[in-house]
Amino acid sequence: MNPRAENRGAAIDLDTVSKAYGSFKALDGVSLRIEPGEFMTLLGPSGSGKTTTLNVIAGFTDVTSGSLLVGGKSVVGVPAHKRNIGVVFQHYALFPHMTVGRNVAYPLTLRGIKQDERKKRVARALDMVKMGDFAHRYPSELSGGQQQRVALARAIVFDPPLLLMDEPLGALDKKLREWLQLEIKRIHRELGTTFVYVTHDQEEALVLSDRIAVFNRGRIEQVGTGRQLYDEPATLFVGRFIGDSTVLRGEVKSDGTSTALTIAGETVSAPRRLAGEAHPVMLLRPEKVAIRRPGQDAAGTNRLSGTIAEAIYLGSGSKYEVKLGDGSTAIVRSPLAGESFGLGEKVELCFDGADAKLLPDDSTADTTLT
Amino acid sequence: MSALEPTTPSALQRAGWAWRSYALTLPALLLLVAVIGYPLLTIVLRSLSEPQWGLQNYAWFFGAPVNLTVLQRTFTISAWVTVVCVLCAYPYAYLMTAVGPRVRLVLVLCVLIPFWVSGVVRTLSWVILLQDSGVINSLLRSAGFDGVRLIRTQTGVVIGMAQVLLPFMILPLYSVMKGIDLRLVQAARSLGARPSRAFFTVYLPLSLPGVYAGAIIVFILALGFYITPALLGGPRSTMLSTLVQTQVLSLLQWGRGGAMGVVLLIATFVLLALAAPVMRSRYRDAGRR
Repeated sequence: MNPRAENRGAAIDLDTVSKAYGSFKALDGVSLRIEPGEFMTLLGPSGSGKTTTLNVIAGFTDVTSGSLLVGGKSVVGVPAHKRNIGVVFQHYALFPHMTVGRNVAYPLTLRGIKQDERKKRVARALDMVKMGDFAHRYPSELSGGQQQRVALARAIVFDPPLLLMDEPLGALDKKLREWLQLEIKRIHRELGTTFVYVTHDQEEALVLSDRIAVFNRGRIEQVGTGRQLYDEPATLFVGRFIGDSTVLRGEVKSDGTSTALTIAGETVSAPRRLAGEAHPVMLLRPEKVAIRRPGQDAAGTNRLSGTIAEAIYLGSGSKYEVKLGDGSTAIVRSPLAGESFGLGEKVELCFDGADAKLLPDDSTADTTLT
Repeated sequence: MSALEPTTPSALQRAGWAWRSYALTLPALLLLVAVIGYPLLTIVLRSLSEPQWGLQNYAWFFGAPVNLTVLQRTFTISAWVTVVCVLCAYPYAYLMTAVGPRVRLVLVLCVLIPFWVSGVVRTLSWVILLQDSGVINSLLRSAGFDGVRLIRTQTGVVIGMAQVLLPFMILPLYSVMKGIDLRLVQAARSLGARPSRAFFTVYLPLSLPGVYAGAIIVFILALGFYITPALLGGPRSTMLSTLVQTQVLSLLQWGRGGAMGVVLLIATFVLLALAAPVMRSRYRDAGRR
C-alpha cells in the first residue's frame, strides 16, 4: 500500500457546537471527535443539522457557541480559504470557464506552486480518480459522475489533511452511485486523509464509513460503527433510521427482570427491563422474525397474529408488511426457500424475546422519517 | 447515452418544425426589411449617386480633416461612455442579484424610470445640473472649490450619454449575473482563494458575457447619439450625427450625409469584427451551470 498513507489525516473535535438562526437551532450542542484518518459519516434526514455541521467545519458557517478544533488547533473565526480543507459538493461546483486540468490546478496555482510540480500533481490527482484523459475537456462536456470525480481530484490535489463531502453522489443514479462509493472508499484508503461524509442514505453510510454519527433535530443521537448502530441502537430514532425495523407498542407490564407488552390482546415479552421511567417499546429487526401460517409449529418465545398487507419480491427473498391487531405494521423478511404468502393471508409472527430491543418511546422518531 | 434518450421525431417532422419556427420570425423580418433594409439601401445608393454617380462624396469625406477628427472623436466618446457604463453598472447589477425581491424591484424601477422620461427632458435636466451656474458648480463653490467647466465639454457629453445608456448596460449584465452560481465562489474559497481572488478568477470571468453584451449595445447606440451631444456638447465635442444632420437638413447634401453614415457603419463593423475573437472565446468557455 501507499507509504504516504500513514497518519496524514487531521483529528476534528467539536465541543458543544451550537448554531442558531433566530429562534431555530440548526445545531444544538453537538459534540463529536473524529480520529485522524477516519471515515466519518454524518447521517440524518434533511434539516437534521448534518450539512450545517459540515459547513461549520469547512468555515462556510460560523458557530453561535462551542469550540471546533481541526488538527488540535481552534479554527473558530478562521475564514474558509485559510483552513486548507478539501470540500466536495453535491452540485460538483466545477468552474465552467476552466478546463478539467485548470480546475484541478486551481488550488495549486493559489498556493504558488511552480508549473512543473503543478502538472505532476494534477496528473496524479486525475489518475487517482481515473480521469487522466480528460484534462483538456470542459466540465460541460462531462457526465455527472465524471464531473464529480474531477471535483474530487480538485479537492485532494493540494493534499488537505481533511476532506469534506456533502452528499457528493446525491445527484447520480443508483448504479453509478454504488460504483463511486467503492471508488471513494479506495481513495480514502490510499490517501489516509480524514474523510467527513454527509448523506441521508443509510445504506451509503453503512458501505462507506468507519463510524457513523446519526443526526436528528440538530443533535447527535448516537455515534458508532454501522454494526453497533444496527445491533444496539441507543434510541428509537436510530433504530428506525438504520435498516428496516418493526416497532411494537402496547400496554406495558414490567417486573424486575422482564417486560411484557400487550398488543390487541396478545402478549409478548422480553427478558429485560428499561431503566428509568420512560415508556418502553420493542424494536425488531426483520431477519429476527419468522413468519408462519397459524397453527404451525414455531421457534421463538413470542407470537403475534396479523394479515399480509404487502408482499414484495426482492430476488434474494421476499419482504412482507404484516398488519397487526392494533393496526400497526410489522416488516418481515423471508428467505427464498421459505414459504410464500399472499395478500390478505392470516399469518403468525414468531420471535425470541432476547432479540427484541427495548427502547424508550419517542413519538418524534416516526414523524421525522418520511 | 443514446439508448436512454426518448424517441426523437423523424427528420421530416423536425424539418416541418424548423420551418414553422422560422415563420414566427416573419413579422419582425418584414419590419426590419421595411424600416432598416430599404432606407439603408437608399442611403448607400444616394451616397454613390448624388449629385452624380461616383465616389465623390467619399473623396470629400476623407479629404476634409474635420470629418476625420469628428469620426475619431465619435469613437473616443463612445468608448468612454462604454467604460463609464461598465464601471457604474457592474456593482449595481451585482447588488441586484444579492438583495431580496423587494429591494430588487426598487432597483429595477430606478433603472427603468428614466426610460419613461423623454430623452430630451433628461438631457435638459443635465443642462441644469452641469451648466456653469448649475447645481454641481454651485455646490462646489459653496464648498470652497473652484467651479469646473462641464457643459459644452466632452466630459459633460460623456456624463450625459452614460446616464441615458446605463440601463442598456445594467440589464444584460444583471441577466448574466443572476445565472452565476454563487456556490462556485464558495468552492473557490474552500480551495484557498481569498475573497478578492475568488472574484477575479471565478465571478468576473463568468460575468464577462454580460459585460460584452452590454458594452456592444451601449457602444453602438452611443455612436449614433444625436440629442445629448447636441445639447450638452460644444463645437469641440461635436459627434458625427451632428455633422450628418447639418449636411442633410441644413445643406440638403443627401449624398454627403449618406456617405458619412456608410463610413460610420463600416467602421463599426470593422471594430466589432476585431473584438469578436476575444469575446467569442470567452463566451464558449463560460458555460452555464
